[in-house]
Amino acid sequence: MFGAGGGTSSYQEIESTDLIVMWGSNAREAHPIFFHHVLKGLHRGAHMYAVDPRRTSSAQWADVWLGIDVGSDIALANAVAREIIDRGLENRDFIENATTGFDEYAASLDSYTVDRAEEITGVPAAAIRDLAIAYGNADTAQICWTLGITEHHNATDNVLALINLALLTGHVGRYGSGLVPVRGQNNVQGGGDMGALPNKLPGFQDVEDEESRANFEAAWGSQIPPRAGKHISQMHEAMDEGEIRALYIIGENPLQSEAESATMRRRLENLDFLVVQDIFPTATAELADVVLPAAGWGESDGTFTSSERRVQRVRRAIDPPGDAEDDIALLSRVARAMGVDWPTPSPEEAWDEMRMLSPLHRGMSYSRLQELGGIQWPCPDDQHPGELFLHGRLWERPIVGPPAPFHAVEWAAPVDTLTIEYPIRLTTGRRLDSYNTGVQSGRYESPRRIHGVLDLSPEDAASHGLQDGQTVRVTSRRGSIEAPVRTDRSLRPGLAFMAVHFPDDTDVNALTVDAWDPKSGTAEFKATAIRIEAIG
Amino acid sequence: MNVNGRPVRVDAGSSILDACRAGGVEIPTICHGPTMTPANACRVCVVEVEGSRALVPSCSRPAEEGMEINTDSDRVQMSRKVILELLGSATELDRSNASILTWLEKAGADTARFGPPEGPKTRHSPRPGHHDTVPIDNAASVHEPVKIEDDLYVRDYSRCILCYRCVDACGIEHQNTFAIAVAGRGFDARISTEFDVALPDSACVYCGNCITVCPTGALTGKVEFDMREEGSWDESAQEVTRTVCSYCGVGCNLDVHTQDGRIVKVDSPHDHDVTLGNLCIKGRFGWTYVQSGRND
Amino acid sequence: MDIRLLLDKPTEEEKVAVDALLGPPESAWRGGDYEPLDGRVAYGGHAAREQRHLLLPALHAVQDAVGSISKGALGYVSERLMIPPAEAYGVATFYALFRTDRSGGRVVHLCDDFVCSGRGAGEIASALDEAGVRWEPSPCLGQCDRAPAALVHQPGDGYVSVAPADGSALGADPASDQPPPVIHQARTELRLLRRVGVVEPTSLEDYTGSGGYDVLRSAIEMGPDEVIGHLESSRLRGRGGAAFPIGAKWRGLRQAAGGGKFVIANGDESEPGTFKDRVLMEGDPFALVEAMTVYAYATGAEKGFVYLRGEYPLAERRILAAIAQAKRAGLLGDNVAGAGFSFDLELRRGAGAYICGEETALFASIEGHRGEPRQKPPFPTERGVFGMPTGVNNIETLLAALAVLELGGEAFSAIGTQESTGPKLFCVSGDVERPGVYEVPLGTELDELLKLSGAIEPMAVLMGGAAGSFVDEDQFGMPLSFEGARAAGTTLGSGAVVVFSSATDFSPVLRRIARFFRDESCGQCVPCRIGTVRQEEALARLDARSPLGTEADERRRLDDLATAMTDSSICGLGQTAASAIQSAIRLGLPGAPS
Repeated sequence: MFGAGGGTSSYQEIESTDLIVMWGSNAREAHPIFFHHVLKGLHRGAHMYAVDPRRTSSAQWADVWLGIDVGSDIALANAVAREIIDRGLENRDFIENATTGFDEYAASLDSYTVDRAEEITGVPAAAIRDLAIAYGNADTAQICWTLGITEHHNATDNVLALINLALLTGHVGRYGSGLVPVRGQNNVQGGGDMGALPNKLPGFQDVEDEESRANFEAAWGSQIPPRAGKHISQMHEAMDEGEIRALYIIGENPLQSEAESATMRRRLENLDFLVVQDIFPTATAELADVVLPAAGWGESDGTFTSSERRVQRVRRAIDPPGDAEDDIALLSRVARAMGVDWPTPSPEEAWDEMRMLSPLHRGMSYSRLQELGGIQWPCPDDQHPGELFLHGRLWERPIVGPPAPFHAVEWAAPVDTLTIEYPIRLTTGRRLDSYNTGVQSGRYESPRRIHGVLDLSPEDAASHGLQDGQTVRVTSRRGSIEAPVRTDRSLRPGLAFMAVHFPDDTDVNALTVDAWDPKSGTAEFKATAIRIEAIG
Repeated sequence: MNVNGRPVRVDAGSSILDACRAGGVEIPTICHGPTMTPANACRVCVVEVEGSRALVPSCSRPAEEGMEINTDSDRVQMSRKVILELLGSATELDRSNASILTWLEKAGADTARFGPPEGPKTRHSPRPGHHDTVPIDNAASVHEPVKIEDDLYVRDYSRCILCYRCVDACGIEHQNTFAIAVAGRGFDARISTEFDVALPDSACVYCGNCITVCPTGALTGKVEFDMREEGSWDESAQEVTRTVCSYCGVGCNLDVHTQDGRIVKVDSPHDHDVTLGNLCIKGRFGWTYVQSGRND
Repeated sequence: MDIRLLLDKPTEEEKVAVDALLGPPESAWRGGDYEPLDGRVAYGGHAAREQRHLLLPALHAVQDAVGSISKGALGYVSERLMIPPAEAYGVATFYALFRTDRSGGRVVHLCDDFVCSGRGAGEIASALDEAGVRWEPSPCLGQCDRAPAALVHQPGDGYVSVAPADGSALGADPASDQPPPVIHQARTELRLLRRVGVVEPTSLEDYTGSGGYDVLRSAIEMGPDEVIGHLESSRLRGRGGAAFPIGAKWRGLRQAAGGGKFVIANGDESEPGTFKDRVLMEGDPFALVEAMTVYAYATGAEKGFVYLRGEYPLAERRILAAIAQAKRAGLLGDNVAGAGFSFDLELRRGAGAYICGEETALFASIEGHRGEPRQKPPFPTERGVFGMPTGVNNIETLLAALAVLELGGEAFSAIGTQESTGPKLFCVSGDVERPGVYEVPLGTELDELLKLSGAIEPMAVLMGGAAGSFVDEDQFGMPLSFEGARAAGTTLGSGAVVVFSSATDFSPVLRRIARFFRDESCGQCVPCRIGTVRQEEALARLDARSPLGTEADERRRLDDLATAMTDSSICGLGQTAASAIQSAIRLGLPGAPS
């Protein structure tokens, strides 16, 4: 946000903040140790609001839970903003000194009264007002979110709506106040740091910026295409159109993790050439022309970057099995096989080259990472301790650097609309003991495991005459699967839930919609319209 | 302040234990853990403070200016020895951490002096304020059959000294799941789920944060327990590698314990500010994928 | 919080009992039926978690109604109060009056402690067995003046004390309220006891007619500082056992920073052989309410508790009635007596745990936790119940404070000795002709008390109950003062004076004391939890003439245990668990280990 692709705050800050807004995040199950820090904050006296369609285990800790309709977040955020302004709780000094676009933003909120928001979100106006007052009055406040915000066709707008709230109240750039997207995977932050984004070079340097590109070209001795590449959804389109004919997949299982799995299978099968580099023969690997056996976690060295921008060392504890090699070795060998004279660098050598090119990481030598137990970027030199929080510059007077812009955003309903034919809203997510498509987590015995089921409210189960364990056919506009039913009080009538972990049994992505956010490329996993029928 | 007659200076807010350690004086501790508020239960860390009638627990008593501390007086030695003897008379301590084993020896504790411990028996539901007739031939013990209720945990409460660390780790200090508590009273107090239901029926989320704080081996992972039972667990042959968890993006540090080229246990450093030694079920137990079904 | 309940559901009867205490559930998330709005908003968090202190009252509600606490009922209480069920179970299984074994039904708690067992408790037990009445042994029920004693619980009807008890009466309907206690002294000699048995304890009018609430009125005229000044000049010391100067205690609370202070009346009188506070609470409950109001006024507390031991059903009824009448009369609540201060007083019932008389364990119990003591410092005046500055006084102390303000500090200090001022109550029981509560000036000789009560061939006296120590006739001339007791190597403690005649075999008495401490140990600290067991085992082996090693080895073992328990236990329970036994050994009482 505001030019840096990472959360603004450190975990320790949530222990001393005054208000925590968990918005579309079930951190209690999906990020349990982050939630430990939240709990410390709560015990210290922080209040918590949870915005989530389900009353999750995280929401059960909240002082107020707002049970919104799936995909109505912008309406809620805009109504909270309007209420804050109506009550004069906005931070005028911050707005005037550190932001741009406030007037247009304020004007765009005109129609978002709490009453209209109640109609759109389903949340009582009084609770929306409570949230606005609490956030507006808090000395320090954090908004935390995860995929409940980002797995929507308008993911970027959702995030902007939350950023607007922080700008409106000045809840960013100070210790204890911030915007905290908690990352879902061990190194998704690190991937972004390293430029595994279609438009960025390592250190979030723009690939379309001449000067940045020139630095890398000089170091690498090769030409870098001067334009952004394709994000994942654009790649799918390009595969559909035959523009992409070959794919090299490293450590992903898109056949099972992407929306509309039938479409995804067709795409992968239509490729001329598919390489999969993985630690397991995944479902995707079974479609591959070449499978490269990779060393896994515990078998290779390197770094991960966590959700608080902390770069930490990962280390090899055991030898990889058989012929498996780590990703650097495999990539170097592929390069050599393609006729380039690449040596196989050690992970530290690769890292040192990268940090010479990325000012954010420059001071992070392996020895310092070891000594300090990780360093939070930016860390521009080898004396710098790293930064606990970002954007403190917005509180300098005058501010340093460009002001932070408001972005007026409008609510738009989920693409997959509810109709008489598809009357139930299916949303997806994680459970505590499992992870993604279960490639890793499926291989240990968890006493808490709930295998592939369709969670329904007790009322919906009753109205369909269903008992727990009974199998139903679940049908969306894209496909149909069978799943046993499990009743769950955290769901209200009309809302259903499936975990994403058991694609072999219950392939929820046969149902989900491949509508995606044009800016981030994320698909709308969180909002599918379904109907259910009892079988037998 | 003075410890054993030698001046020691510590910051305000330090405990007597901190002061003693700062002064290079060793004090045994059992229930005290670096990431937890002192439970103040085991009393093995008591010291003599001039002017105080009873001995005081050094772990939980704040150091005060001018205090005169004696860590090695006859009174202290007597209490320390008897407390260790009492623990050993009722509890199996042979899988305890090194500190407990060392202090048993150092204090000259004779754990057999109260008679042979009663053999294991299944406990019935607690009746606070009442107990069975007193045996003449045995010393009452906490021995009971080992609880193996799932593939991850083993609870061997014959080794439990009721230090409260697991309860506090599961509860208010860290995990806030509160699946276990101390139930019953006095000598019949036990760590228990509600109505002693099996762990899978309880609120337990299998984070294992209780295991990592247990000082006596009453709580262990199943892999470790099985290896210990078959005699293959060998800490001297183990290496520990610090790394980061492979699951979500929180960045929990892991200590991966390997023996003979295989991972045998995963825990987290207690001094790491992200985890304070805590993990979730995936981090602590979800690593088996690395070495299952990939060897061909 | 995310609590996970077992699948068992409460019965309708259990639900009704809990709802009668807590009111109807506020939402589906707190045990109510699901309404559409429950799918849209839920309130909880801090407000919900702050209900924890209602756990004991809720468990009592279930236990009172159905006689035990089932899985379903515990789950319902957990859900209503946002308490994890394992925690609630830990609390339920701490207190002897709660049952979690699905027993239910009528039960007789029969005292078999050292006074009642010498007064026919054994015969009653046999009679109950023959009649097929379910009974269980109980530690001292605080009815030693009319031993043997029983406490009968009939689910749905509540508790009734029956004393003196006999087998036939217990099988039939429990008797109603006990008659007032016999006071063996001339009324003119009495101050603390002067209303007991004379003034109707259920009538505020009679109380005020006998000078009641004069003290509050004059206190308000004086102002807090002068009130505390009188307590200081009176040199009154606490009557609960620790003998702390009361003026300093009140001053400390008054000076504690910040609001939200609490005052607590410690009515958890559970020391075996002690019953004076019961006599006061049953016989003069308005005096307790008035004294608490003065305490609050003088110290700036706005909230108070009377923590009453669970085995005192009549005292409970009397105090509840007194609080209700005082509220109606504007003597509690907002703007007390029109004087512009607020004071809210609430009764909390213990549930069978001696340890809860220890003030930090008492706090834990009020907060809805197991009654486990906490480390001091911090002291209650700094961090007491709910973490707030708190003052705790024993019942007799509070009534003595009223006496100070009636007489004036100087006049009060003229009673008794230089170090030990004022009148003091003693509970005389055991081998005496006239067991009961006696009020004498501190400094009176023990001999005189023995004469007053008609001691029968006294060989030894247990001073201060199980936590105290024995004295023999060499010390019968000791003055009953704090310094006199100290000089004689004993303690006034709780004021219990249990007389043992020359016919006594002390072996069962000592074993009963050892059993008592083992049963009442909270289990938190090692020296007490295991030490009390080892102490009882050693006595059992000696009794069976089957020592481990020699008898001298057993003596050494007992001495080492005594040293470790006394030196290293967290609280007074463990610190005194060997005291009486060691004193019996020292005195060479018949049947004590030699």
